[in-house]
Amino acid sequence: MTMMNARVHSVSRGWSRWAGAAAALATGSAFAVNDLKGGPGVNQLNLHEPVTNIARDQMWLHNFMLIVCLVIFVAVFGVMFYSIFKHRKSKGAVSANFHESVAVEIAWTVVPFLIVIGMALPATKVVVAMKDTTNADVTIKATGYQWKWGYDYLKGEGEGIGFLATLDVAQREQSNSGHPAPVDDYLLKVDNPLVVPVDKKIRIITTANDVIHAWMIPAFGVKQDAIPGFVRDTWFRAEKIGDYYGQCAELCGKEHAYMPIHVKVVSAEDYTAWTTAKLKEAAAKADDPSKVWEQAALIARGEKVYAANCASCHKADGSGAGPIKPLDHSPVVLDEDKQQQIAVLLNGRMDKGMPSWKQLSDTEIAAVITYTKNSWSNKTGQTVQPSEVVAARK
Amino acid sequence: MSAVLPPHGVHGGHDGHAHDDHHDHHAPTGWRRWVFATNHKDIGTLYLLFAFTMLMIGGVLALCIRAELFQPGLQFFNPELFNQFTTMHGLIMVFGAIMPAFVGFANWMIPLQIGASDMAFARMNNFSFWLMIPAALMLVASFFMPGGAPAAGWTLYAPLTLQMGPSMDAGIFAMHILGASSIMGSINIIVTILNMRAPGMTLMKMPMFAWTWLITAYLLIAVMPVLAGAITMTLTDRHFGTAFFNPAGGGDPVMYQHIFWFFGHPEVYIMILPAFGIISQIVPAFARKRLFGYASMVYATASIAILSFIVWAHHMFATGMPVTGQLFFMYATMLIAVPTGVKIFNWLATMWRGSMTFETPMLWAVGFIFVFTMGGFTGLICAMAPIDIQIQDTYYVVAHFHYVLVAGSLYALFAGVYYWGPKWTGVMYSETRGKIHFWWSLIAFNVTFFPMHFLGLAGMPRRYADYPMQFTDFNQLASIGAFFFGFAQVYFFLFVVIPMMRGKGAKAPQKPWEAAEGLEWEVPSPAPFHTFEEPPKLDATATKVIG
Repeated sequence: MTMMNARVHSVSRGWSRWAGAAAALATGSAFAVNDLKGGPGVNQLNLHEPVTNIARDQMWLHNFMLIVCLVIFVAVFGVMFYSIFKHRKSKGAVSANFHESVAVEIAWTVVPFLIVIGMALPATKVVVAMKDTTNADVTIKATGYQWKWGYDYLKGEGEGIGFLATLDVAQREQSNSGHPAPVDDYLLKVDNPLVVPVDKKIRIITTANDVIHAWMIPAFGVKQDAIPGFVRDTWFRAEKIGDYYGQCAELCGKEHAYMPIHVKVVSAEDYTAWTTAKLKEAAAKADDPSKVWEQAALIARGEKVYAANCASCHKADGSGAGPIKPLDHSPVVLDEDKQQQIAVLLNGRMDKGMPSWKQLSDTEIAAVITYTKNSWSNKTGQTVQPSEVVAARK
Repeated sequence: MSAVLPPHGVHGGHDGHAHDDHHDHHAPTGWRRWVFATNHKDIGTLYLLFAFTMLMIGGVLALCIRAELFQPGLQFFNPELFNQFTTMHGLIMVFGAIMPAFVGFANWMIPLQIGASDMAFARMNNFSFWLMIPAALMLVASFFMPGGAPAAGWTLYAPLTLQMGPSMDAGIFAMHILGASSIMGSINIIVTILNMRAPGMTLMKMPMFAWTWLITAYLLIAVMPVLAGAITMTLTDRHFGTAFFNPAGGGDPVMYQHIFWFFGHPEVYIMILPAFGIISQIVPAFARKRLFGYASMVYATASIAILSFIVWAHHMFATGMPVTGQLFFMYATMLIAVPTGVKIFNWLATMWRGSMTFETPMLWAVGFIFVFTMGGFTGLICAMAPIDIQIQDTYYVVAHFHYVLVAGSLYALFAGVYYWGPKWTGVMYSETRGKIHFWWSLIAFNVTFFPMHFLGLAGMPRRYADYPMQFTDFNQLASIGAFFFGFAQVYFFLFVVIPMMRGKGAKAPQKPWEAAEGLEWEVPSPAPFHTFEEPPKLDATATKVIG
């Protein structure tokens, strides 16, 4: 695959450079980029290299279908082009008179029918295998948010771990700049990848918080819509340690292209180490919503929350963009009544494109509000304590 | 401009035009001729011009999409506007360009083909055309409403539609109006075909184009109300506190998809069956040989129409259906390959041992068969649920449906314009220009859409404003192809359509194609304002007028 990609790429450079010349903007875009292992290859021509049985079966089915279709294609159009070249008036062809034949017509109804059955049989086996989500070693809930993924380890080793995975903020800004630097994992890098053990059956339960999203990893042969109000499931058993990438595959609003999925498959030992560390970290970090914070500490915490969640739309300097409201000078942010801004964060303002952020913790919401109220040219001096958010949630 | 000017006194053939002078007051001039049009030919012309206008608008949106995707990063549009472009491109092309274009063909050709004097309900015909104008204006104007045009994809999936601004309501209203227009058009076509055939034109002697439209009209009447239901429920979810599809109130977003695709899949065949009809007329004419397997062609069309009602959920394999559901929809979908195959084989058998020439209509017809079949094969591949899990919602699907909708429906429409254009306008198009248009479009089309198969297999999701760097080269290729394809259609309008409408070119004989059959070739070119006022007497094959 890699060999083939490399070759294809060098061939494609010719026209790509030509295109680049047509628009000098294109300088360097794909040229410096390599295949991303576990993600897309440069000018990849077929499905991803499979790392699960299901993906391997899908690859086999696809290749099988390609060959069958190609054979039929060549046979049928061989006949057509033969006819086109031989049976033309300019070559003196005189038209025959036949216009029906029951035998022939039955034959070309029955034969395709049999071919179709021949295709459906191997596919049936795979469908049944794909849908068998029983006996999972680890069960993880993947929740689609506008526009990030939330993961909760529900069952098996690591139970209790939960975190959000967001696209790398720098990459999102690169995209806006119009001249993203050529990196192999452009738009695929997340802050917290999903970590799973190798050779274990992982069941992914999908749901969503707002609109429909879809969770997919091509190398695993997995794609499952995440539907608000409903749960669906899928599964995979990755056979190789490594990083695997996918992207949201159901239109979910303006940042649809910016909520990638990154799965890190690790050895059993590494997984145990990771879960232990993660659970410890979570215990240490668990915020007590009744704790009363110093303003400076809240602002410092809020800056991180802002960078991870808000900066992609409102910008690091709070200036907003286009329909996105600026936070700098914002009357809601500057308002004496702190409830105003708390309400916007908890409920969203979907009419203005602002989603609800109720999935953040009370401390995070309090911190990020305190941060915006005391950053850039905003100098309200106000502090919002987590307890106020707790009260507003009721 | 013969198609759009009052008829001049060229009469001949067997059009039974004795009452011509007497009827002249039925041919008003100026704007009244068009606004109050009740003549099927005038209304057909209106439909075709409207469809071409929408094709250009939808095309500009497509080129905006391709310009943005020329390279990674956002250079021209923010992602919100990009989503509006993809949504409106789909809606405008499906409801504004392809469907009205076929209705235009139906208006022009069905009365001529079955020996009827006009459509059954002339005033309703006028109404169903003029309804489309406010709907189209509303669709296009939605870009200028607060929050911009709808951006939830042409499929308008809930609950994303619940987040849209006021333009969504405008869009829903426009869909309702377009649906009403389609239903009226369909009633007109069904009644015309069933009641107004000339004596001797039995159903099984009817030209294939009329047959495919008869079946299509039934499909339209069956499914347009389903769409209306789905979008009305979306509307009440948005404004009246219902929760049909809103999960926050206990609604089911997947139910929306079931209802939408119960409309949506037959809709796909609504856009392709009349195309099959056009191709089935053109291939025999240029092979100088009767259509092979006429009866099986009719049955295959009907089977496709019936099967189209039981395959809808193959658009939803990734929603997570029970295993039996996936298997049923996979099998049913694959079954469609059989009647579709029959059609392809029939066309090839018609060509086999014919005496072929390749004027522009035949080029488009052969191009249709060749490229549409590729779309058919990728359709079969998409139908396999395990493979579909990989390619659902990726560019592979985009490639697939453009192979059947552009190389299918649009190519057939072009074939039809070249085939019947001389009858409409009384002028022959330039053969050289027609061939340039064909080869230019064929190459540009494949340069645009073939690489999308690779993008989809490699996992690039559709409706993405920006993409990982590895996808750059194929996207650039597709964008370049798209601009060439767009320019080819401008060339077609400026150098083929305009000259024909202005009457520039060789005068078309009554029957420009040596072996074309059918009653439309029994009236002069251009077809007079009124034809077959008296039911014609037909020969045994119902293809010729005798006395």
